[in-house]
Amino acid sequence: MKLFGEKAVRRILMVTAFSALSGLLLIALFILNEGLPFIFKYGIKEFLFSSDWYPHLGKFGIYPMIVASLWVTLGAMIVGAPLGVFGAIFLSEYTPRPVMKIIKPTIELLAAIPSVVYGFIGVMVLAPIIRANFGGPGLSLLAASIILGIMILPTVISISIDSILAVPQSYREGSYALGATTWQTTHMVTIKASKSGIIASIILGLGRAIGETMAVIMVAGNSVNIPNTPLDSVRTLTANIALEMSYATGMHRQALFATGVVLLIVIIILNSLASVAIRKRMVKR
Amino acid sequence: MKTKFQIKDFSFYFNEEKVLKNINFEIEANSILGIIGPAGSGKTTFLRSLNRMNDLESGYRIEGNILLDGIDIYKPEYDVVELRKKVGMVFAMPVPLPMSIYENVVYGPRLSGVQDKKRLDELVEKSLSSAYLWEEVKDRLHTSGMRLSGGQQQRLCLARVLAMEPEAILLDEPSSGLDPISTAKIEDALTVLKKSYTIILVTNNTKQAARVADNTAFFLMGELIELGTTSQIFTSPVKTQTDDYITGRFG
Repeated sequence: MKLFGEKAVRRILMVTAFSALSGLLLIALFILNEGLPFIFKYGIKEFLFSSDWYPHLGKFGIYPMIVASLWVTLGAMIVGAPLGVFGAIFLSEYTPRPVMKIIKPTIELLAAIPSVVYGFIGVMVLAPIIRANFGGPGLSLLAASIILGIMILPTVISISIDSILAVPQSYREGSYALGATTWQTTHMVTIKASKSGIIASIILGLGRAIGETMAVIMVAGNSVNIPNTPLDSVRTLTANIALEMSYATGMHRQALFATGVVLLIVIIILNSLASVAIRKRMVKR
Repeated sequence: MKTKFQIKDFSFYFNEEKVLKNINFEIEANSILGIIGPAGSGKTTFLRSLNRMNDLESGYRIEGNILLDGIDIYKPEYDVVELRKKVGMVFAMPVPLPMSIYENVVYGPRLSGVQDKKRLDELVEKSLSSAYLWEEVKDRLHTSGMRLSGGQQQRLCLARVLAMEPEAILLDEPSSGLDPISTAKIEDALTVLKKSYTIILVTNNTKQAARVADNTAFFLMGELIELGTTSQIFTSPVKTQTDDYITGRFG
C-alpha cells in the first residue's frame, strides 16, 4: 500500500511537471505551424524588411514594427538600466542592511502592478506632459520608453542586488584593508565580481520590455511608421498582434502568427543570453 | 625604542557586550608583537581596532583611545582610508581579489595614485620577493590570483599589503590554514620585514609566537592578562593563567 502511494505521488508530480512543459511546447508548435508557412510563402525578406503593412491589400511588411520594437526596447534600457543598476548598487553597498531589507521588497512590488495601470498613468499623466513640453502627439516612442523603463526596474534592481550581495564579504574587506574607499571597492571589486549577474538582470529586463503589450498599446500611439524622432507615434510587434487579431482572417491572420514567430525567436535568444551569463557566474564561484 | 601604537584604556562593545576590557599597553615600532589567547578572547577584535576594520560592522561602540604615532585614530576627523594605507592587514582566510596576480599587488598603490608602469613593475617584483613568492609566480603574473595554492594566496595577500609600503602590518592568524612549508616562508618573511615595519601577529599557534615574536601579549576573555618579551612570557610567565595556556592546560 505504502509502495503504491509512493508510486502514485511520483506519477502525479510527473504529470504536473510535464503539463507545464507541454503547454510551452504546444504554444511554440502552434505559433510556428501557423506562422512559418506564411513566412516562406510570402518571402522572409519581403516580410521582415518591407515597410508596407496594408493587410487589406495583401501587403505584410513588418519592418516598421521591428524597428519600433527595437527602439522602444532600447529606450526602455536607456531609462531603466542605469536607474536600476545604480539603484541596486546604492541599496546593496551604501544602505544599511535593515533599511535595504525593507526597500527591496517594496521595489519588487512594482512588478505586481498590472501593466494596464502603467499604461493608464502613461496616457493620463506622462503623454500630456510630453505633448506640452516637447510637442508631438504625446503618445509616442518616448512615452513608451519611459513607461517600460520603469516597468523593468524591479527585474533589474532585484536581480542586480542579489548578484551584488552574492559577492563574498571577504573581497570587500580585502579591498578596504588596502585603503580603498567605498566607491573604489564597489567599482573595482564588487561590480567586477558581480558583472555577469548585472548583465543578466539587464537582459531579463530587456526580454520583459520587448514582450510587454498592454502598456505599450496604450502609450505608444500605434501608427505603423518608422520613427524619425522619439516624439513619433510607433507600433511595436506585440501591439501589432494585439490590435489586429480580433478581425484578422486568412493571410492577415497568418501574418500575425508570423509576427509572433519573430517575437518568439527574439525572446528565446535574449533568454538564452541571460542564462549563459548567469551560468558563467555560477561556474566562476 | 620608539612607540608605534599606544592603547589607552581601550574598551570595545559589540551590541553592548564588552568584548575588549580596558586594554592598556604600547606597541614598539620595528618589532613583532605576537598576540596569543584562546578563541573568543578578543584578539581579532583588537587587531581590527588598530586599522578600524571594525567600522565595517554595525552595532559596535568604543571607549578609550588608540594612538598611532601620538595621534588618536578614533577622533572624528581622522581619515580612515589614510589609516588603512598606513596600517595594512592580512586576514586569516587568504582572499585574493578577483583579478590577476599583478593587479592584486598594484591594487593598493593604484588607489594611492601611482600610475607609472615602471614604478608599478618595480613594486610588484619587490613586494612579491619580500613575501617569498616572486620565484614561484614571476612567469605568470597575469594569471588569476585565485588559481594559486592556499599558501601562495596568503603570501600574495602579504605582498599586496607590502606594495602599499605601510608603516605597520596586522596579521590575523595568517597561517591557520597553511602547510608547514608555507608557514615557514611567511615566518621567514616576517623576521626580515620587521626591520622596516611594525608587525602585529595574532596567532592561535603559541609556538609560532615563540618562534617569531619579539614581544608577546596574552589575551583572555577580552582582557590583556600579560605582556612581556617573548622569552619571558614563554619561560617565566608571571600570571598563572598565562602559564596554564602556554603549557596547554586549557585553550
